[in-house]
Amino acid sequence: MYRQIMVPVDLAHEATLAHALAVAADLARHWGASITYVGVTSPVPGTFAHNPGEFARKLAEFATAQGAALGIETRAHPAIAHDPTTEVDDALLRAVDETGADLVVMQSHIPGLVDYVWPSNGGKIAAHARASVMVVRG
Amino acid sequence: MSDTDAQGIPEPEGHSQLIETDYEIGQDNIETSVGPFGLDIHNPVFLISGLSIIAFVFYALVLPEQAESFFGWLRPAITSTFDGFFLAAANIFVLFCVFLIFSRFGSVRLGGADATPDYSYIGWFAMLFAAGMGIGLMFYGVSEPMSHFSSSLGGITEEGGARTDWAPLGAAAGNEAEAIRLGMAATVFHWGLHPWAIYAVVALALALFSYNKGLPLTIRSAFYPIFGDRVWGWTGHVIDTLAVFATLFGLATSLGFGATQANAGLNLLFGVPVGPTTEVILITAITSVALISVVRGLDGGVKILSEINMGLAALLLLFVLLVGPTLAILTGFGKSLLAYGEYLPALSNPFARADDNFRQGWTAFYWAWWISWSPFVGMFIARVSRGRSVREFIIAVLLVPSLVCVLWMSVFGGTAIQQFVQDGYTAVKDAPLELKLFEMLKELPLASITSFVGIILVVVFFVTSSDSGSLVIDTITAGGKVDAPVPQRVFWCIFEGAVAIVLLIGGGLSSLQAMVISTGLPFTIVLLLMCWAILRGLQDEVRGT
Repeated sequence: MYRQIMVPVDLAHEATLAHALAVAADLARHWGASITYVGVTSPVPGTFAHNPGEFARKLAEFATAQGAALGIETRAHPAIAHDPTTEVDDALLRAVDETGADLVVMQSHIPGLVDYVWPSNGGKIAAHARASVMVVRG
Repeated sequence: MSDTDAQGIPEPEGHSQLIETDYEIGQDNIETSVGPFGLDIHNPVFLISGLSIIAFVFYALVLPEQAESFFGWLRPAITSTFDGFFLAAANIFVLFCVFLIFSRFGSVRLGGADATPDYSYIGWFAMLFAAGMGIGLMFYGVSEPMSHFSSSLGGITEEGGARTDWAPLGAAAGNEAEAIRLGMAATVFHWGLHPWAIYAVVALALALFSYNKGLPLTIRSAFYPIFGDRVWGWTGHVIDTLAVFATLFGLATSLGFGATQANAGLNLLFGVPVGPTTEVILITAITSVALISVVRGLDGGVKILSEINMGLAALLLLFVLLVGPTLAILTGFGKSLLAYGEYLPALSNPFARADDNFRQGWTAFYWAWWISWSPFVGMFIARVSRGRSVREFIIAVLLVPSLVCVLWMSVFGGTAIQQFVQDGYTAVKDAPLELKLFEMLKELPLASITSFVGIILVVVFFVTSSDSGSLVIDTITAGGKVDAPVPQRVFWCIFEGAVAIVLLIGGGLSSLQAMVISTGLPFTIVLLLMCWAILRGLQDEVRGT
């Protein structure tokens, strides 16, 4: 069914990703698909990494560890956004094309009032990506 | 990496010397949500700066006379007591930058040996220029050359042994050609190498300690070589809070005054009534556009607006150059450059000078002003300069903008002076500051169109300061994190407009602006320390290769 699953990850908040990671892994095993973990960083030092190089390295380590633990084929795809707060959606949409993903599995929060004004990342990706998008709650 | 293919990470960043510290970026941050808004703010910088800004606005409103007399005394007291210090320090910054261009440190690359630039030359230059000077050029481009020209022409007047005239150096009484040269040299002096060297020092310090050393992008990081891990404690909190304070008040008071000036222009052109109503509408409009810009982000908002801004400014410049006295302006550009070179040693000499009014009231005032803006502009320049070598960086931040300023002043000021000298047109000379540009344009063809472009430029210049300022404040108050939630930058952008409106209606703009300029004094010491920190940091980079 699906061959290439893309999972956007914010590794500074890895704890909140548990559900999406588990769902993606289940689906990957079910269809024999591979998973690409996409992380978006800024060039400026952040909580998770001090520079894009370190970010790429840590993301790759994360992907390898996930692959070994879950027994699936995994890859890492780091992307840079100058201003991640506002550009993360665009960076993820580009990543969908670059990774050739046919399914995106992403974590989302419970929608609140603000989501009526600002669409959530998941909402925007679902609206614009060519791939199928599965938004995982909770 | 160019602007258009900002995707993936093309190659390793190469060699750089990370500073090993136990501090984790964001460790003091509070991640919480207020109502429906998620927040990620630095504790305690966010709260302290927010509350102290409110306290000072309150003070200026409740005790207006006291605030005005205190800050009205403080500012000139600082610029006239410490004028020698300001002048000497600014000279050090220029010499320091020139030294870096030619030293072996020039080849150190910001972001590691193999880093590639985040922005193309045009986008990069447009952003650093629009944040750095922008609006001042619109108001002083015509008026300052004119002021120095006429005071020089007027010659020296003395009373009780002290100079009462405002002419630079020894003036040029009655000598028109020399007065033009001296006037242009003095103007370029205030807008050329010195201010840009001030920005370059702050920007370089921040870029170096963030991109190469891995410290958070916030003012305190530049002090790591001096204070060590103490910068993560109260020492750093105070430095960051001061920077937020100077940035927000600097922007808010300029916004307030800018609205008054734009209003005067609109009145002259379209008969729009002058008064608080129009001004509040203007501030609201400027803030709204800035808001859209910050919500769209650095690439989707700030960069695009900066480029539009530069494009419009270039068009206006080209227009005045072509329909004005083209030949006189072009030779004037060359003459201004030569005059600047010739008078530079005398104008920058901090000691044993007689031109007290000019040195203290103009030069020291400008230096304090640029320095109080330097945390904001420097941090913004740092944000967009990753991937440049130190040499490239200094040339682009110091030399290119200085040349552009000479050109701008020669075109706008030169045209106004020509109108006065050749045609005896005195409207520019007699007009109040905010109208001089429009009086000058009036004498040229298509005045209604160019004046309208002028007004638009004034507004856009304000927007480009306001949006980049909000991003800078947001980053500082998020402990150097650039991925803080959107509501925070929205908050600072609105807060800045609100402070401007409150001060405009309640009074207190001038006293708080005087206060901002007073922060130039402590920041001068801060900047001198930064030079030392930069040297230490660059030595490590060179040694490590």
